[in-house]
Amino acid sequence: MQIDLRTVSIKPIRHTFDNVARRIGGDKPASRYQEGTLDMQQTANFHYRPTWDPEHDIYDASRSAIKMADWYAFKDPRQFYYGAYTMARAKQQDTAEANFDFVENRGLAATLPDSVRETALKLLVPLRHVAWGSNMNNASVCAYSYGTGFSQPHIFHSMDQLGIAQYLTRVGLLLGDVASLDEGKRAWMDDDAWQGLRRYVEDSFVVKDPVELFVVQNVVLDGLMYPLVYETIVDDVLASQGGTAVAMLTQFMTDWFAETKKWADATVKTAAAESPDNKAIMAKWLTEWRDRAAAALLPVARIALGDRTDEVMGEVVQQFNARMAKAGVAI
Amino acid sequence: MDMTVAKKKLGLKERYAVMTRGLDWTPSYQKMEDIYPYIAYEGIKIHDWDKWEDPFRLTMDAYWKYQAEKERKLYSVLDAYTQNNGHLNVTDARYLNTVKLFLSGISPLEYVAHRGFAHAGRQFPGPGPRVACLMQSLDEIRHAQTQVHAVSNYNKYYNGMHDFHHAHDRVWFLSVPKSFFDDAITAGPFEFMVSIGFSFEYVLTNLLFVPFVSGAAYNGDMAAMTFGFSAQSDEARHMTLGLEVIKFILEQDPDNVPIVQRWIDKWTWRGYRVLTLVAMMMDYMLPKRTMSWKESWEIYFEENGGALFKDLARYGIKMPKCAEQIALEKDHLSHQAWSTFYNYAAAANFHTWMPDEDEMEWLSSKYPNSFDKHYRPRYEFWREQAAKGNRFYNKTLPMLCQTCQIPMIFTEPGDATKTCYREVDYKNEKYHFCSDYCKEIFEHEPEKYVQAWLPVHQIYQGNCFPEGTDPTVEGFDPLAKVLEYYHLEHGRDNLDFDISEDKKNFAEWRGQATKNV
Repeated sequence: MQIDLRTVSIKPIRHTFDNVARRIGGDKPASRYQEGTLDMQQTANFHYRPTWDPEHDIYDASRSAIKMADWYAFKDPRQFYYGAYTMARAKQQDTAEANFDFVENRGLAATLPDSVRETALKLLVPLRHVAWGSNMNNASVCAYSYGTGFSQPHIFHSMDQLGIAQYLTRVGLLLGDVASLDEGKRAWMDDDAWQGLRRYVEDSFVVKDPVELFVVQNVVLDGLMYPLVYETIVDDVLASQGGTAVAMLTQFMTDWFAETKKWADATVKTAAAESPDNKAIMAKWLTEWRDRAAAALLPVARIALGDRTDEVMGEVVQQFNARMAKAGVAI
Repeated sequence: MDMTVAKKKLGLKERYAVMTRGLDWTPSYQKMEDIYPYIAYEGIKIHDWDKWEDPFRLTMDAYWKYQAEKERKLYSVLDAYTQNNGHLNVTDARYLNTVKLFLSGISPLEYVAHRGFAHAGRQFPGPGPRVACLMQSLDEIRHAQTQVHAVSNYNKYYNGMHDFHHAHDRVWFLSVPKSFFDDAITAGPFEFMVSIGFSFEYVLTNLLFVPFVSGAAYNGDMAAMTFGFSAQSDEARHMTLGLEVIKFILEQDPDNVPIVQRWIDKWTWRGYRVLTLVAMMMDYMLPKRTMSWKESWEIYFEENGGALFKDLARYGIKMPKCAEQIALEKDHLSHQAWSTFYNYAAAANFHTWMPDEDEMEWLSSKYPNSFDKHYRPRYEFWREQAAKGNRFYNKTLPMLCQTCQIPMIFTEPGDATKTCYREVDYKNEKYHFCSDYCKEIFEHEPEKYVQAWLPVHQIYQGNCFPEGTDPTVEGFDPLAKVLEYYHLEHGRDNLDFDISEDKKNFAEWRGQATKNV
C-alpha cells in the first residue's frame, strides 16, 4: 500500500539552467553536481591578463599540452560538489576518529612489537611531507587548470592531502612523540633513503602544465605509493607481524585511495581517449614519471621490506601498468 | 606490567603547529624562486613567514565535520522550501529581481574567489597563510555552489537567470562586478589578498553579502537566507584571515606600508563602485526594505570602518581619501543607479519599475536632502509617461568609465546637477572616467586598464552579435542582436516589471496555492 500525500503542484517553466540543458541533451531535471559544476568557470571576455603570467588568460586551456574540444568531458564519477564531498569525508573522518580512539583507549600502541612500531614510524612519519607537497601541487592544478570539471576535484584532493598529512602526524604522535616528528623530518631532509623521493616531490613543484602535474602527483606517485605503503606494507606486512593497529590508523588512506583512483582513472581515460596526440603525451608522462617514482620509492620500500623490496616493487609497477592499460594508456 | 609513561600532551597551539607548519621544509633540489615565482615582483618584503599568527586553528578532520553538518542542514531546508513552493511566499514578485542580480552578478565572483585563493595559497611560501588560503578556496566553491543550488528552484519558475554564466561574461552591467574580480585575480598574490581578503571580505562584506542575506530574510526568501546564514561562520573566518593578512604584511617591513595603503585606497574605491548595484537593490528592489543604502554606509563603513582604520593607524595606515567623496555621494548613488537601470530595462536580465507612492515617501524620509529635490520629479514624469503608454526605454548606448565600467552617470561631488567627466590621454587614445579616483587608478597602471573589455565599445565594434550577423542589412536592429548574443529573450527576461511574465505567473500561482479555484 502506498499513501498519497498531496501537495500543490505548479508546473515549472523550465527544469534547469540553459548551460546545463545544452550539455545534458535538453531541458530536464539536473543533478546538484551538474548545476554546481558545469560552466562554473568563466570562459569569455576577460578584462586583463594576469600580471603574474601575461602570456595567458586568467583561465587558459593552453597552459596544458593536452588539448580538449570540451574540458567538461572531464566528469567526476563520484559526482562530488562541495556538499557531497564534505559529507563523504565527514563520514570517513568518523571512522578514522573511532579507530584512533580504539587504538588509544586500549593502549594498543604500547602492545605493538618494537620492530613494527619502529618501522611504522620510520616509514610513515616522513610521508607527512609528501602529503604536504601534494597539497601544494593539487592547489596548483586547481588554480591553473581549465574548466571546473577538471579543476574542482583538485581542491578536494588538495585538502584531502592536508588531512592525510595531519593523520600521519597523529600516527607519529600516537606511536611516538614530537621527537618522532622531528626525526622523520630529519630523515626526509638528510637520509639517503628519502632523497630520491624528496627530489621527485621538489621537481614536481616546478611542473607548470596542470595536466602533467595531475599525472605526476595523483596518477603516478600516489598510484605507486599508496598500493606500496598502505595496501602492501601496512595492511599485509606489518599486520602479519602483529601491527594490525597501524592498519587501523591508516584506514582513511586506504579507503581514500580506493575512492580517488576511480576519479584519477576516469580522468586519464577521458584525456587519452580524446585524440592520439593526447594519448601519446599521456603515455610519455606516465612512463617517464613512473620510472622516476619507482626508483625513488625503492629505498623507501626497503625500510619495511628488506630482501623482498625488488619483488614487491615489481608487482606494484605491474599493477600500475595494468591499471593504466585499463584506462586506455598502454605503458 | 609495564609502567606507561604519560606522554607530554601538546597544547592547542603546539598541536596545530605540528599539524601545519611542521609539514613544511626548505627545498634544496629546486630553487625557492623557481618554486614560488610570483612572490617578489610586487615589492612586498616578507622576512619571516613564521611570524604569521594563525587566525583560526582548524584541522581538516574538524573542518569536514563542521562543514558537513552545515551542509546537511542547508540542503534539508532547501529541499523543504522547494517542496513547499516556498517561492510563492516572497513578499512580491519584484523581489525575484534581487535574486537575478545576485546570481548573475555575485555568485560567479565566489567562484573566482575560489580559484584566486587556490592561486594565492599555492604561491605563498609560508605554510600558515597557505593553509588559510586553501581553506578559504574550498569555502568559496561552497558559496558559489550553494548559491546556485539555492536559486536553482527560482530559475524553474522565473525568467532572467536561465543562462546566468553566459550572461556574466557578456551583459553590459555585469562587466562591473566581473572586471572587479578580474582585476583582483590578475594582480599579484599580495594585492589579491589585500583586495579580496581585506578590502572585500573584511571592510565591505557587511555592505555586500549582508544586505542580500538580510534582504532575503525580510522578503520571505528562505533559500537565500539559509545559505547566507550557513555561510556566516565561513565569512567570519574569512574576515579574520583578511585582517591577519594586513597586519602580517604591515609588520614585516615599513616599506610595505605605502604599497598596502595604495592598495587599500584603490580597492575601497573599486569595491564601493561595485556596491552601486547593492545600493539600488537596497533602496529600490527589495519590496520590504531592511535599511537604506545611506544608513548602511554610515553604520558599516563610517562607524565600523572608522574604528578599524583607527586601529590600523599604529601601522601608519590611514582612512582612504575616497571616503570623503563617498560620503558626498551617499544621498545620490542609489537613485542615479536606479534611474539608469530604469532607462536600460530593455537590455538587462531583470525588470525595473517606478516606486509606488508609499515607496516614494520612504525614499523622501530616508533621503531628505536629495530625493524630493532631484529624483522624485524625474520619477513622477516617467510614471506619467508610462501611464500614457510611453514607458521610456533608452536604446542608445552610454559612455562607460574605463576603470569601474559603470556608465558615466554620476554627478560632480557636491553638485547633483552636473555630470562628472574625467579624461586621460594615453598613447594617442582618449580614456574616460566617472571620477577622480577611477582616473587615478588608471593612471597608476594604464597598461592594465587599457585592456578592459568595455561592453559598449565592444558592441560598437560589432563583437557582441551572434556569429554571422550582418549589421549592414536594411532595418538591422542592434539591440535585438545584442540580446541574442546575451541569450536574453526579449519580452520575457527584460522590460518593465508591470508587463512581465514573472508578475503574471506569480499572481496566478499564488492564487492557485491559496484559493480554491
